[in-house]
Amino acid sequence: MPTNIIPIFDQRKSSGCASKGSCGSASGPADMAPEVWEKVKNHPCYSEQAHHHFARMHIAVAPACNIQCNYCNRKYDCANESRPGVVSEKLTPELAAKKVLAVAAEIPQLSVVGIAGPGDALANPAKTFKTFELIQKAAPDIKLCLSTNGLALPDYVQTISDFNIDHVTVTINMLDPEIGEQIYPWIFYQHKRWHGRDAAKILSERQLLGLEMLTARGVLVKVNSVLIPGVNDQHLGEVNKAVKARGAFLHNIMPLISDPAHGTHYGLTGQRGPSPQELKAVQDHCEGGANLMRHCRQCRADAVGLLGDDRGAEFSTDKIAAMDVSYDPQPHQAYLEYVEKERSDSAAARDAELAAISAQSSDFGTAKLVAVATRGGGRINQHFGHASEFQIYEVSAAGAKYVGQRRVEHYCQGGYGEEEVLEGVIAMISDCAAVFVAKVGLCPKKDLAAAGIEPVEEYAFEYTETSLLAWFRRQSADVSRQAAA
Amino acid sequence: MAYKIIVDECTNCAACETECPNDAINEKKGTFKIDAANCSECIGYFDEPQCIAACPIPDCIVVDDKVPRYVAA
Repeated sequence: MPTNIIPIFDQRKSSGCASKGSCGSASGPADMAPEVWEKVKNHPCYSEQAHHHFARMHIAVAPACNIQCNYCNRKYDCANESRPGVVSEKLTPELAAKKVLAVAAEIPQLSVVGIAGPGDALANPAKTFKTFELIQKAAPDIKLCLSTNGLALPDYVQTISDFNIDHVTVTINMLDPEIGEQIYPWIFYQHKRWHGRDAAKILSERQLLGLEMLTARGVLVKVNSVLIPGVNDQHLGEVNKAVKARGAFLHNIMPLISDPAHGTHYGLTGQRGPSPQELKAVQDHCEGGANLMRHCRQCRADAVGLLGDDRGAEFSTDKIAAMDVSYDPQPHQAYLEYVEKERSDSAAARDAELAAISAQSSDFGTAKLVAVATRGGGRINQHFGHASEFQIYEVSAAGAKYVGQRRVEHYCQGGYGEEEVLEGVIAMISDCAAVFVAKVGLCPKKDLAAAGIEPVEEYAFEYTETSLLAWFRRQSADVSRQAAA
Repeated sequence: MAYKIIVDECTNCAACETECPNDAINEKKGTFKIDAANCSECIGYFDEPQCIAACPIPDCIVVDDKVPRYVAA
């Protein structure tokens, strides 16, 4: 049994399935075909719903890259940095496969193994596919996926398909070579280094061709785009339309990470990243096109664990090399069954709450932004001071919609809260009406209330969506009563 | 003349190793090295030296002056 994961939930109050008849969430959300839901329901990067329950790991077997991006510096490695392209150790295919088994034994939530660099998965085809072969042999129930810049993609679509890889991510930042030349100084293609618009034109054509070939084979493709203010911010709407037209399943618009200390071209030349508001504006502008992903954590090329909770440091090469590992699929199977039940129970509880809302004749007003402290599992189960991020939901009478996450510093460090950190945390969620936590100390409680953010502890360990809706319903009822009085 | 890899610049990504038409680049104890005896500067194979064209680090692979210029047979 997956004993090491159950403690997250064991303090919960029971919230049973209210209406047995509507407990069937097995076929997935109403707006998704059942066969697509089947492919994404356990993949944290392809389903916002899945990311509460399932973990992924990246194995850094692909150090070489065939293009240069202005937001990337290939000389930079750091153990404490959380962003794409960064790793602390590169792995051989054999060691990578061993690491997967070691992680699977420790983390039964692990459902997906991906190769995302630190260079480009398909610029290292021998290492990438050797690794997949070894993993598939040792742990056939773990899903494989990869991400690529797309330059070599058309050459490997058949191989990807032969490995039954259902998920591929392609980073597409532009369609227009005039914009592309501001992002990519060069590419290496057909034994030649190409620069400027020629390079961008080739790259764009190869990306779109690869995308079409993959979707024609039924592979789910996520398109990542880096939002670079003043370069492609006005252009990403077109990118969204173009990738949707070619069958992309998901579009993930991510903010440029640009710090001079990283030594990237953009970092050194003062190109800034977007503000959270600018990012949301572009994401909102693209809503209605290809499905948007808003739960991306821009993780490292050797990340391990649930999104937002990187456990990579626990599985260093030294530790892995010294381990004796074997794969037992049973804990993962048990966890899958557990999640299925959680899913149908929480969906039923949510539906019951939505029904209560629609039965209530009060004026619900506009949607409210709220923050949630969670360790995963779709429940409010994190102490305010221990949260390293808050999940942000937009709550209205129509439902609780996940709209993003905000990273914060731990407020509580060894039992002593630090005032400065607390100010930063509060500033980070200042646009939220409430923050839902498993517990919060007296002092931060006062400061939160003073900042107009209601600290809510009463739904500790309950289902997130249901709790947010219950809070929303009760609060609206209070407002209506006050108005009537 | 052949090319050589400046070890302090190299990130060990192996991009050059797979592109070399002469298999002149090999990893030894965690660092990559060009075997000058086998380096043809890509003359007769490609328009530009493949290791330099593929390398992500500027000036990581440079001319090795200690070796005489390669002459195509």
